[in-house]
Amino acid sequence: MKKENNHILSYCSLSEKGILLNANNLLTFDEKKPFNELSKEIYKQLRLEYPKFYKMDPLSKLAFLAASVLIENNTSDIDENTALILANKSSCIDVDRQHINSIKDDDHFYPSPATFVYTLPNIAIGEISIRYQLKSENSFFIFDRFPSQFFADYSNHLIDEGISKNVICGWVEKNKETFEAFIYIVDPKGSTTNNAQNILNCYNK
Amino acid sequence: MSKSSDKISTYISSGSCVSPLGLTTEENIENVIKHQSGIKKHNDKYFDVDPFYGAIIEEALLDQKLKTQKIENNSISKIEKLMMLASSFELEKYGQYVNERTGLIVSSTKGNIDGLSKNEEQSSLNYLANQLKNHFKITNQPIVISNACVSGLMAISVAKRLIESKVYDHVFIVAGDVFSRFVYSGFQSFQAVSEQPCKPYSKYRNGITLGEASSCVFMTKNPSDHHFFEVLTDSSINDANHISGPSRTGEGLLRSIENVMTRGQLNKSDIDFISSHGTATIYNDEMEAKALERAGLHNTPVFSLKGYFGHTLGCAGLIETIISINCAQKNLIPASLGYDEPGTSIPINVTNSNIDRPVEVFLKTASGFGGTNTAVAFKKING
Repeated sequence: MKKENNHILSYCSLSEKGILLNANNLLTFDEKKPFNELSKEIYKQLRLEYPKFYKMDPLSKLAFLAASVLIENNTSDIDENTALILANKSSCIDVDRQHINSIKDDDHFYPSPATFVYTLPNIAIGEISIRYQLKSENSFFIFDRFPSQFFADYSNHLIDEGISKNVICGWVEKNKETFEAFIYIVDPKGSTTNNAQNILNCYNK
Repeated sequence: MSKSSDKISTYISSGSCVSPLGLTTEENIENVIKHQSGIKKHNDKYFDVDPFYGAIIEEALLDQKLKTQKIENNSISKIEKLMMLASSFELEKYGQYVNERTGLIVSSTKGNIDGLSKNEEQSSLNYLANQLKNHFKITNQPIVISNACVSGLMAISVAKRLIESKVYDHVFIVAGDVFSRFVYSGFQSFQAVSEQPCKPYSKYRNGITLGEASSCVFMTKNPSDHHFFEVLTDSSINDANHISGPSRTGEGLLRSIENVMTRGQLNKSDIDFISSHGTATIYNDEMEAKALERAGLHNTPVFSLKGYFGHTLGCAGLIETIISINCAQKNLIPASLGYDEPGTSIPINVTNSNIDRPVEVFLKTASGFGGTNTAVAFKKING
């Protein structure tokens, strides 16, 4: 018997078209720009004032921007017991390529700790947790497509079992110039039931 | 430890593993008990212009073993070989439980990462997971956990949750990471690699030794034999402090341990040993000692298995759980290999020899980059 006590409280998507918060336009990107450039512009427009942002790898930047929009617009619902569950398809492949290029051969060998530290996808979780002080359940998963059913099952379990107060779930995919973030809060409050179909509906808006 | 009757309990098999200590689980256990280490000095220019220490499996031996297990090993990467071999042992025992209610969790930090410049698709974690899905003949979509060095232990926590929430009746977890130029060069750039075999918690410790291994367990709500342990409680709390430096206060690890103790209604005296993370970096081991003291567990026997296997990253949490379960079955607490003189500012009870003592409940912990920590308590069921 599936419980239907939890709800999708708020959601945010970030794509090359712009940023949507609960399906409303927050920012619209008129021209196509490289992610590196675009992410800095978004950071400035959102007035996040968190200089560590510039040091992050592309995946962390993407996850951080989308999570910041969501969290800053729902501050009263987020605290240190809010779980953070992220997933994607390509792990942290951009920074993996960067590190592997730095160790190509012994004549071109210049591995950098500042790059290497980002070659784990859960570093994006670490960055968000540090900024918003989430001392909470956290996991990074890899799937070949958006895992709506898994997100629903896992977030409901965390809340129903009293493991977490509520859960931020996010799909944060970044590979070369392809990027997409969809991140949302699952909470006992709200009106949209947290199930796979409703998650997909929000994701597709 | 009372439980309401409708609550599903989850059990874990004693598992299978493959490492430089042995290509069968039995060899691994025997060699740990005999204090043998898989860490050797290697001279391989692909990894380093200078000789270095690592726990590396000879591929020719691995290929021979694959043949005896009738696993096709043409044009597959070393990590696939390793993970399929460990899986094949577990499938021999529990293959009958592969059905539409069976899930597959794959734990790896970097998979076949050195293959990235040759073939991006085939070096991806999704590719590895699909290869394993086919090997297991499991129809459900595999779940990959890539959460730094806690991945293998976190996989047990996730499997437990999926069984308790009735998503699956059974879950196979397969974990693996290989010794790669990618990771070795990265830790070198961090100046975190030890110039001698790693010495967890020792005064003379000076960094990690990398290793490679694979491991596999079967988890279920209906244990079929007395080798299973119950997975009591679990927790994974982030430090929210630093992306690579361990927390100075051990806050995330402490909270993970406290959750495990509280939710399982466990007292300090219930914990017979702690199978810790113990990477042998100055700051990790110091952080763990701090967390154990704050949890009141500084007198409980504790050991790191990194001196036997090196740091096997996404495999570490699972292979170390398997060794711990097998030692607990034998009522044995293994020596923390490489430990000599106390080296943490807060004293903890690191084992320097095997201890024969009844074991009912033990705690396994792990910590990693990204501020991630996991703690899980296990209990013998035939006690």
